[in-house]
Amino acid sequence: MTTHFFGDTAVLLGRSLRHITRSPDTIITTTIMPIAMMLLFVYVFGGAIDTGSDSYVNYMLPGILLITIASGISYTAFRLFLDMQSGIFERFQSMPIARASVLWAHVLTSLVANLVSLVLVVLVAFLMGFRSPAGVVAWLEIAGILILFTLALTWIAVIPGLTAKSVDGASAFSYPLIFLPFISSAFVPTATMPGPVRAFAENQPVTSIVNTIRDLFAQQPVGTDIWIALAWCVGILVVAYIFAMVIYRRKISQ
Amino acid sequence: MTSQPVIHVQGLQKSYKQLHVLRGVDFDVARGSIFALLGSNGAGKTTVVNILSTLLKADAGAASVNGFDVATQAANVRESISLTGQFAAVDEILSGRENLVLVAQLRHLKGPGTIADDLLDRFSLTDAAARKVSTYSGGMRRRLDIAMSLIGNPQVIFLDEPTTGLDPQGRIEVWQAVKELAEHGTTVLLTTQNLDEAERLADRIAILHGGRIIVNGTLAELKQLIPPAKVEYVEKQPTLEDLFLAIVGDSGQGGSDGADSNNSKGK
Repeated sequence: MTTHFFGDTAVLLGRSLRHITRSPDTIITTTIMPIAMMLLFVYVFGGAIDTGSDSYVNYMLPGILLITIASGISYTAFRLFLDMQSGIFERFQSMPIARASVLWAHVLTSLVANLVSLVLVVLVAFLMGFRSPAGVVAWLEIAGILILFTLALTWIAVIPGLTAKSVDGASAFSYPLIFLPFISSAFVPTATMPGPVRAFAENQPVTSIVNTIRDLFAQQPVGTDIWIALAWCVGILVVAYIFAMVIYRRKISQ
Repeated sequence: MTSQPVIHVQGLQKSYKQLHVLRGVDFDVARGSIFALLGSNGAGKTTVVNILSTLLKADAGAASVNGFDVATQAANVRESISLTGQFAAVDEILSGRENLVLVAQLRHLKGPGTIADDLLDRFSLTDAAARKVSTYSGGMRRRLDIAMSLIGNPQVIFLDEPTTGLDPQGRIEVWQAVKELAEHGTTVLLTTQNLDEAERLADRIAILHGGRIIVNGTLAELKQLIPPAKVEYVEKQPTLEDLFLAIVGDSGQGGSDGADSNNSKGK
């Protein structure tokens, strides 16, 4: 069974990538909200926000990228939910294929779709004046962190995808994730926040990830933030993966 | 032909929380035959099929398919079977041909494209091959669904209510396909609540009621269970189905793809 794992995953990945290329609206709706927020923050609120940095679009792009991922993964839950509902999931499960492939294909599709969305958002940011002195290595490091973050959130998305009773239930979980960056250092420095809010903001995963990406873009030393960021990403990834797999096993062998 | 039954079910039990759906189901299916499992809604037909196709685990009892135990040799069972579930399990966004190629690839077969083209031809779907499945009629979708089940020539095919929701032409198309399967030596276990369907297709019929098989036999055997028929002279009126098929044109031989909705809706 495991001998076919990579082949089966590739075939199923091809299938769900086709779903995306045939309904590119899922990519567009994923990117439209972060782009709208970026316009709003840069051209409406940005002038009144004192970040200590000379370009607000440079300051807030990392947070916008995380919002892009958080809104993109709701489609992963949605697509998985549709497979569960339509009966095609059962068809796959009754066939002699590597059973984990069905999930991995969705996870890798999520990764590809989110990377496309991220590239689009970065291109728009460039049009709005985003500039970075970062070299190839820094960009690769940023890509690595974003990939890790996408995988972590995707495995979270698998859980509602497998368990939801309705389409709304399958995608509603992403709203809190989309709003998490607002209570972080993504848009304003945490120093202006009142005590308890500041404590939350400074100790939740988004702040360390945003700070790391911001420093990498600005070619500043990243300090310990990068280790905290990586620990959060890997920790969320491992816990979400274990939960998702337990639920998946329970689903396929009732 | 071996005399060993290809499906063997003994004392199968399954409960969902308080609800005892199966209370000890026993039956055997001979190789190459069509076996119909009859029962009303909620009788547990789908539960039996899902246990046999390794999607569900039984609480008690034993079941084997093609000599493999469904609980301990699930992978071997999956190599031997194909499931056509209650709702056409096709990918709406892919075309008909892509759906077939997908299944052929997942079954690790050589020449998936050729396999797909052969099946499209056999199920009269060639004209619609490149269209998205979401544009297919119910009958075409079912035919594609069954065609997908045939890939890799599984020895046993489970059809769970294959004609539910189909119009008369679609139903005849499916019946035709099922008969052909049995002629090719495939064993078919089909569930239905349509008595006419069981009568037309099945070599053996079992009735699932109250969590048990209460009757199991050929149609002739079942008919002996009730008092002998009285001879009466009744004028044979055409049924509404005969009438419908006569007006819209009987298309039992695969039918006209997609165009059928255009033709039949005429004046």
